[in-house]
Amino acid sequence: MATAQATTRTASGPPGSGPLGLLRDRPALGKILLLLVIAAVAVPFAHARWGGGLWPGALTVDLSGPLGDVNDWIIGNRDSHPLFLYFFGHISNAVVLSVRGVYLALLALGWAGVTAVAALVAWRTAGWRLALTAGLSFLVCGLLGMWVPTMQTLALMTVAVLTSVVLGLLLGLAAGLSDRTFRVLRPVLDTMQVLPAFAYLLPVVLVFGIGVPGAVLATVVYAAPPMARLTALGLRGADAGVMEAVASLGATGRQRLFSARLPLARKELLLGLNQTIMMALSMAVIASVIGAGGLGDRVYQALSSVDVGAALAAGIPIVLLAVVLDRTTEAAGRKAGTEPTGPWALRGVRGWGLAALIAAAVAVVGRFTGGRVWPEGGIVAIAEPVNTAKDWMVDHLYTGIPVIGGTADWAAHFTNWVLNPLRSGLQGLPWWGVLLIVAALAWTIGTWRTALTAVLAVAAIGVLGVWDLSMDTLSQVIAAVAVTLVLGFGIAVGAARSRRLERLLRPVLDVFQTMPQFVYLIPVVALFGVGRAPAAAAAVVYALPAVVRITTQGLRGVDPAAMECARSLGATSGQQLRQVQIPLARPALLLAVNQGVVLVLAVVIIGGLVGSGALGYEVVFGLAQGDLATGLVAGAAIVCLGLMLDRVTQPTARRQRKES
Amino acid sequence: MARTRTRARLRTSAIVASAGALLAVTGCGAADMTKQASPFAAPADIRTVTLSVQSWVGAQANVAVAQKILEDELGYRVDLVQTDEVPAWDALSQGRVDAILEDWGHPDQEQLYVKDKKTIVPGGDLGVTGHIGWYVPEYWADEHPDVTDWKNLDKYADELRTAESGDKGQLMDGSPSYVTNDKALVKNLDLDYKVVFAGSEAAQITQMQQFAKEKKPFLSYWYQPQWLFNEVPMVEVKLPGYSDTCAAKDPADIDCAYPTTPLQKYLNADFSKRGGDAAAFLKKFKWSEKDQNEVSELIASERLTPDEAAARWIEKHPATWKKWLDR
Repeated sequence: MATAQATTRTASGPPGSGPLGLLRDRPALGKILLLLVIAAVAVPFAHARWGGGLWPGALTVDLSGPLGDVNDWIIGNRDSHPLFLYFFGHISNAVVLSVRGVYLALLALGWAGVTAVAALVAWRTAGWRLALTAGLSFLVCGLLGMWVPTMQTLALMTVAVLTSVVLGLLLGLAAGLSDRTFRVLRPVLDTMQVLPAFAYLLPVVLVFGIGVPGAVLATVVYAAPPMARLTALGLRGADAGVMEAVASLGATGRQRLFSARLPLARKELLLGLNQTIMMALSMAVIASVIGAGGLGDRVYQALSSVDVGAALAAGIPIVLLAVVLDRTTEAAGRKAGTEPTGPWALRGVRGWGLAALIAAAVAVVGRFTGGRVWPEGGIVAIAEPVNTAKDWMVDHLYTGIPVIGGTADWAAHFTNWVLNPLRSGLQGLPWWGVLLIVAALAWTIGTWRTALTAVLAVAAIGVLGVWDLSMDTLSQVIAAVAVTLVLGFGIAVGAARSRRLERLLRPVLDVFQTMPQFVYLIPVVALFGVGRAPAAAAAVVYALPAVVRITTQGLRGVDPAAMECARSLGATSGQQLRQVQIPLARPALLLAVNQGVVLVLAVVIIGGLVGSGALGYEVVFGLAQGDLATGLVAGAAIVCLGLMLDRVTQPTARRQRKES
Repeated sequence: MARTRTRARLRTSAIVASAGALLAVTGCGAADMTKQASPFAAPADIRTVTLSVQSWVGAQANVAVAQKILEDELGYRVDLVQTDEVPAWDALSQGRVDAILEDWGHPDQEQLYVKDKKTIVPGGDLGVTGHIGWYVPEYWADEHPDVTDWKNLDKYADELRTAESGDKGQLMDGSPSYVTNDKALVKNLDLDYKVVFAGSEAAQITQMQQFAKEKKPFLSYWYQPQWLFNEVPMVEVKLPGYSDTCAAKDPADIDCAYPTTPLQKYLNADFSKRGGDAAAFLKKFKWSEKDQNEVSELIASERLTPDEAAARWIEKHPATWKKWLDR
């Protein structure tokens, strides 16, 4: 896909005058030529010295020895070394205490109280419609028999999100106020955001042991970057005129910060909060692998007894939490800075006071009438019908459908005709060839900096000694991304043309996007068997919503004047799409590709749990066997792969901003 | 200049404040990471036991029954933590969990935690004997009786080819957390097979059920006791006989069958001493393969919750579990 884009870019466009003009008009061509020259010098040398094929053994560093030592040292000293007693121990204690505090508070409120608080907060920030959604959502959690796990997840999330927000704010403040910190921090945050969460559970487990502390900290690492990034963005984007005015009034640095900069950045701060909550929620599920408890644990346990119905019963509350939290913070962001409306008695503090009063009343009444925990009798069992439906689907779709074949046949064909050739192709390429291709792609799409990062990331994979496995994973990512893009662009074109289709799609996309990835794993095995095909299928399902959303928005956002113009020239709708909409929406399309790649990678890794092998399996193996050397090396390779894929598909928007 | 100073002061005060808050919350002095209960555990006046559950259903069955009896008969509150085997040992040593009820043999961990650090003590036999091996479905073995000897496996490699195994036969392995020598076995016995890891037991079971539904042949790493045998009858493939000398070899050189292991329970050392009724009960907990399979199948095949499955078994077999409560 990316190759196709690169070539069409160099092959189209207006002709320049003479070879120099050609280069000036098409900088990509110049970059490729320069790269070819470098290659012509370097490749023969590298080939003579280390040979082609897989990454040369002479250039690898075996980390298993030292990492094994670190592993043993941590286990040997965890109960006695001051580093653990006086540092990690306190952190761990603080996490346990605060999660416990929140959990007990939630239980004390009782189900009626919690539901009332959720509904009233939603009402104050987003209106009665969302209040209804929020209240109903919590009731559904109880009806599904998931009240206690939901409260556990909520307690864990509250602590993780608060910590992430504080950490993100501090980092964001530093980056927003100092250019140097900003420059240093940006690549770090970039990297943290492309990390698949699964990759760094292992070191956390080793230091903190299984359970809540490790899970909360892993979540914080995962969820803090968007907060930091958006805070920095908000602070840096403060209106220069306002700042000038405040400075001229003689405000000190601190006054400027608190009275002008931070209030001006309110929208970004709330968007950061929103992003942080979403990331924390998705991580709270993955962290169940290391014993986080709550809803994620229920999903994970249901999967080990192949019970899709029970997994769904625990997955639905996660989706509902995500929808409620997302919409509430989004509405808060929209309302930020606008004048309060509504009747006088409900404005500002008075409205909140009223809400608090109602919540307290409901909680007290609830305690006296119902009790703390959801009543046992009020549970609707959905597991069985869901499992029956799944069994029916599997029975009828797995194989032997005339003409089109069953899902098992598709999986076999996909593996044989797409995955296998891709994998042997990538593994068969000489290592310097891979480096060159990566450099060429990253450079034509981005800057020499992104190209350098991408090439170094690939080289690091080789140095780590997992070249073979990484090419296997890469082939899976490329195949799954290709399928995602074909489907995603197709659906998006349809959705961009029909408002009704878009409205119909919205809830479906919401559900697919927020459903924990784990939930997909067992149905895909039932449909596609064990192997790389089901992992690819799960990845496609997970990445599709983001691609569809971004693409639809991009296509919709095309300047109506340009469309009008094309229509008046008599362009058919196909021509409009090909020659106006798609070229104009190019930045959005590239962003869709980028997001697709990052999301697909995350799931292909988890695919290690259903037989996708390669790096994902190594990480699972490392976690399961407590083998730091294997798990961490694979994790590092995944990070490098993610970094490379991100840079190779980095949308041009950032470059343009820098140039302008 | 003035600005940097303000900023530095801001930063320092932030650091001091957060460090102070941390200390205030946790109290000064050393924080023992081995003495941390789960935040979701019940309040202090309620006695709690934390059990580790592994991903296979047999382990869930043990835990479900133990949990039910601890709660209903002894008045404990039971917390469950889902982990893989090796991390579970680690958690047991740290006191994050109190007991592992089914261990398939981890000599390295035993050496480290039981013999060297003495943070874990053996809790006795579970009463169930575990055996790992290679299995083929009965319907296929009936047609080709000679498939049950490893020497004839190469003849059938073609039939066992899948998209994942390429031009070799597929030997399906399960979760990466399980004890396995299969890669070494395939290499050392020079078999025309490729080990394909399903990545989790759930995936492996789903795949085997799928094969069985179509009566397709398969060869899989599998173990007894296991409830799936009742649904998909399987026959073990004979591997070169097990011997202690062979098992002592370097893992890459192993070329014999898996041992037969009486499954063990392990307790946290501290819990074993101070655990009272709960520790005494868990040490006595001992049942048969048939019992375990009965509960496992209710959970995995009939899709009862572990709690309901345990309740049914407890109702039917009072004679078995009453003995565990005698002091």
